[in-house]
Amino acid sequence: MAPLLEVKDMTHYFGGLRAVNKFNLTIESGQINGLIGPNGAGKTTVFNLISGVYTPTEGSIALEGQNIKGLEIHRIASMGLGRTFQNLLLWRHMNVLDHIRMAHYSQLDYGLFGAFFGTPKSRRREEEVIENSHKLLKMFDISQFAEHIVGNLPYGAQRRVEMARAMATNPKILFLDEPTAGMTPDELIRMIEIIRQVHRDFGVAIFLIEHRMKFVMELCESIQTLVFGEVIAEGPPEDIQNNPKVIEAYLGKEDLH
Amino acid sequence: MDKMKNFFRMFSTVPLAGWLMGGCVAVLMEYYLGDAISYYLYLPKIPVLFGALFVLKEPLMIPSVVAYDLIIYVLPILLVSKLMAPLANGLARLLEKIPLSLATLLYVIAIYGILHLWAGINDYRVLVVKLTMVSIILTISLNIINGYQGEFSCSHPGFMALGAYTSSTLTLVLFTNDKMFGDALLPAALGPWLFPFVLIAGGAVAAIGSLAVAIPSFRTRGDYLAIISLAFMFIVKSAIENMELLGGPRGMSSQPSYATLPVVFAWTALCIWIIHNFTTSTMGKALNAVRDNEAAANSMTVNTRKTKVTAFMFGAFWAGVAGGLFAHVLRYVNPGTFGIQKLAEILAMVYFGGLNSIYGSIVGAVSISVLGEALRPLELWKWIIIPLILILVMIFRPHGLISFTELNVKRIIRSRDKKLSKGVE
Repeated sequence: MAPLLEVKDMTHYFGGLRAVNKFNLTIESGQINGLIGPNGAGKTTVFNLISGVYTPTEGSIALEGQNIKGLEIHRIASMGLGRTFQNLLLWRHMNVLDHIRMAHYSQLDYGLFGAFFGTPKSRRREEEVIENSHKLLKMFDISQFAEHIVGNLPYGAQRRVEMARAMATNPKILFLDEPTAGMTPDELIRMIEIIRQVHRDFGVAIFLIEHRMKFVMELCESIQTLVFGEVIAEGPPEDIQNNPKVIEAYLGKEDLH
Repeated sequence: MDKMKNFFRMFSTVPLAGWLMGGCVAVLMEYYLGDAISYYLYLPKIPVLFGALFVLKEPLMIPSVVAYDLIIYVLPILLVSKLMAPLANGLARLLEKIPLSLATLLYVIAIYGILHLWAGINDYRVLVVKLTMVSIILTISLNIINGYQGEFSCSHPGFMALGAYTSSTLTLVLFTNDKMFGDALLPAALGPWLFPFVLIAGGAVAAIGSLAVAIPSFRTRGDYLAIISLAFMFIVKSAIENMELLGGPRGMSSQPSYATLPVVFAWTALCIWIIHNFTTSTMGKALNAVRDNEAAANSMTVNTRKTKVTAFMFGAFWAGVAGGLFAHVLRYVNPGTFGIQKLAEILAMVYFGGLNSIYGSIVGAVSISVLGEALRPLELWKWIIIPLILILVMIFRPHGLISFTELNVKRIIRSRDKKLSKGVE
């Protein structure tokens, strides 16, 4: 059986600049993988390439054996790739419940006609969507904010809304782009718990970008280190931690003179 | 100040049913006693728009007009709604037990009855009410594009023109003998029955025309799309002006009088109902998601292109229907109507009432159209006062009077007993 996500020799150029070079990745269902690297290494570009924001110049991407390279973003998303964003991309005028409802878009089985005339079929589906949304809100501990406009929420809660929203798309693999950026240590610990819980309850595979070593080491089974678009090291957390190349990339070369 | 608050609190237990009863009594009083009362108050005839026209022409009539309004409207409405509150609450509770859609229908029929009696006093009122309702459809449909979808589209008069000319041409060709298109193709008796299809055809043409703006919106938005849509409006206007077949700049006239008050009211109610259904469904909320952040919407499986095309075509469809009604209400249409002045009017209604809100659009459309009619005697000054009000609203409520609220029918029609309302709040 084909792996859940398989990326082969993905290369991408922005004009003359090679942003990502021969990136390879295989994720089996249920795995948690990490991608680390210094600022500007191209981590978010890798995410954007796989999720369809850009189409890679070379290489292939397959989700459950099906090619997803060159498909529209929403198509890839409805095939089972959920994601969150580095700088929270929430809908500022919408309340929390509507965020979660919205992410059920590809699971709506009624057409425009149903939406216009409120047919029994569309109403039944809407009720199911709302029920499922409340379930997700509860799971991510944001039920109390259901009717609040998302901009008025504390930062940690906003991060949880984004994750609940991604889970509402019913993904097989979840991409998390720096899920702990800007969080306090308390919120960080809470986030680790939530990611574990999501992983356990939904059985979803996770691929995450992170800066905080502790966080990555704690969660990931396998880690890739990206520097200037090239993978310089790959393996389980312990190996990465002690890999001289990684240390060099993060801390600079030791001066011997 | 406190006294006033207490005065208003007295009416917090009056449900919608109570206000409708009050309105009904007021309208009946005017129907039977209006002539007599205006005679004793030295008014030349029943004041059409609450006496605004009299007051602005002859300030000496202020006391008579105020007295008339008090006797006919204010006192009966307040008294009846207060006295009938217990009965009205009982009725409201009864109506809460039957399905919401049926209850809403009953309320809408009641509102229509009151409106019919009020407008029946003279033809001018009928015209004002019809044009106000056309404005409501226009405002809500523009709110779909500018409010819910968050683009800045200026092509609404263009869509309206497409609808108005399509439906006028159809009714003139099919149902009337006139100089422009010759004899009728179908018996005139069929006209009123086929009129809905004529309007839908007008809406459909407008919806297809809207693709000219919707497709560029995939790649651009904001100021640039505003300019594209403005260009579209001028293209439509100039094209019609240069088509001799459609009467050129002189326009078309003698449309049959199919747009009666019940017809216009029914279309308005239908429009509000369908747009309400759409905007509260998950599919309709996709418009908001695309407006607030397109990248996020796309990643959350929302087909953003389809959503944009839907918003434009849907908004344009209703603008086309409104245009068709407009042409048949005035029974005359010329391309000059669908210019920048009309655009300013519709935009003012949308932004005054509030973005992303059907409720707000109704308030905006009604207040600007009625204000526009009421201030007509001021002539040029009208266009100083209305913009001034707009500026003030924009300063104090940047998103409009009532923005980002859903029309909650259940809350509007619920009973308001003290005991119950305490439990709710």
